[in-house]
Amino acid sequence: MATEPIAAEAAGTCVDSYGSAIGMPQLCFDWFPNQIFWLVVTLVVIFLVLSRVALPRIAAILAERTGTITNDLAAAEDLKAKAVEAEEAYKKALADARSEAQRIAAEARAEIQADLDKAIAKADAEIAAQTAESEKAIAEIRAGAVESVKEVARDTAAALVTALGGEADQSTVDQAVDARMKG
Amino acid sequence: MATATDAAEGSSLVFHPMDQFIVKPLFGDTIAWYSITNVTLWMFFAILAIIGLLVLSTSRRAVVPGRMQSVAELSYGFIYKMLEDICGKDGVKYFPYVMTLFMFIVVANFLGLIPTAFTTTSHFAVTVVLALAVFLTVTILGFVKNGTAFLGLFWVSSAPLALRPILAVIELISYFVRPVSHSIRLAGNVMAGHAVIKVFAGFAAVAVISPVSVLAITAMYGLEVLVSFIQAYVFTILTCVYLKDALHPHH
Repeated sequence: MATEPIAAEAAGTCVDSYGSAIGMPQLCFDWFPNQIFWLVVTLVVIFLVLSRVALPRIAAILAERTGTITNDLAAAEDLKAKAVEAEEAYKKALADARSEAQRIAAEARAEIQADLDKAIAKADAEIAAQTAESEKAIAEIRAGAVESVKEVARDTAAALVTALGGEADQSTVDQAVDARMKG
Repeated sequence: MATATDAAEGSSLVFHPMDQFIVKPLFGDTIAWYSITNVTLWMFFAILAIIGLLVLSTSRRAVVPGRMQSVAELSYGFIYKMLEDICGKDGVKYFPYVMTLFMFIVVANFLGLIPTAFTTTSHFAVTVVLALAVFLTVTILGFVKNGTAFLGLFWVSSAPLALRPILAVIELISYFVRPVSHSIRLAGNVMAGHAVIKVFAGFAAVAVISPVSVLAITAMYGLEVLVSFIQAYVFTILTCVYLKDALHPHH
């Protein structure tokens, strides 16, 4: 928008002498070759820049990113599988330890039971032996007591006979005492 | 258009909404096809921006991307997915071509939003070349890939036989209208928004209206930011749709 008039031939048919547009500058055919030429140059430059440098580079970046993400996901998957494996191993070890502990406990219990049984049997046998001995002793004592009673009875009988003035015949007295004691 | 040059003599209300689209030579006075003009300058900025966005930002090749690299990867993924969804696997080899179109349009649109910038995509010369490039590519590719079977695009075999010639005429017309709508949609949207902002800016010279004007410019600017991206998106997705016709010309 020049304020002073310019030369008519410089202004051309599209711009008036004040530098304003006459009609639509878009329809000024004088300028078309210039615009088309520079547009073609620009498009060729942009096309070359894009197809040679920019687009392959961006494509490579995007591909690399996709690759990285895929790899990371695969690695994560691997680690997850490993974690699951480790958990399995841990569980297995735990189960093994538990069964081992149970086995040891059962063994110990069985051993103790065996010892206990042995001890009980031994005690039983001792008790039985002692009982038998005691019974024998009691039987002896009983037998001894009967003999003593016989003795005392004979002596008493003999003494009674003698005291009553009779003649104590030992064998007769004995027989009589035996006969009485049986009855 | 509504340049109020004559009426504006001596008045503060001067509208030159179309002046921002004037092509100016940076050196000398004349504009030949090879002259370095503001078109050249802003297209050069577009190239720099694209290199900065897609090349420099990815130079670290980080597996965990930074901000700029994320933007580069997002734009890559955005266009790649669009192309793959619409054209299928065999469309992917045209990805650099589609990406070039998208990146140029979106960057040029956004550069045009910088105040006092020159918007290259607001010119029909630019968008018509872009659209014709797509049109010619699609047409040539269609015949090379499918031979005369590409003409099946115009012969709607699913329609009743009596209707097919009529449909063929309609399809043929719509096929040739494609580059026109394709190019005018982009340039028209960008130009209209910029011109409207300029008109509102002209009203800002009146003190009473200027707050409203500033608000309106802000609102339009927001809209233009949306339009800048959406028009680039629309241009690219239509390119993909046309490319699909060339690769698979069956309805």
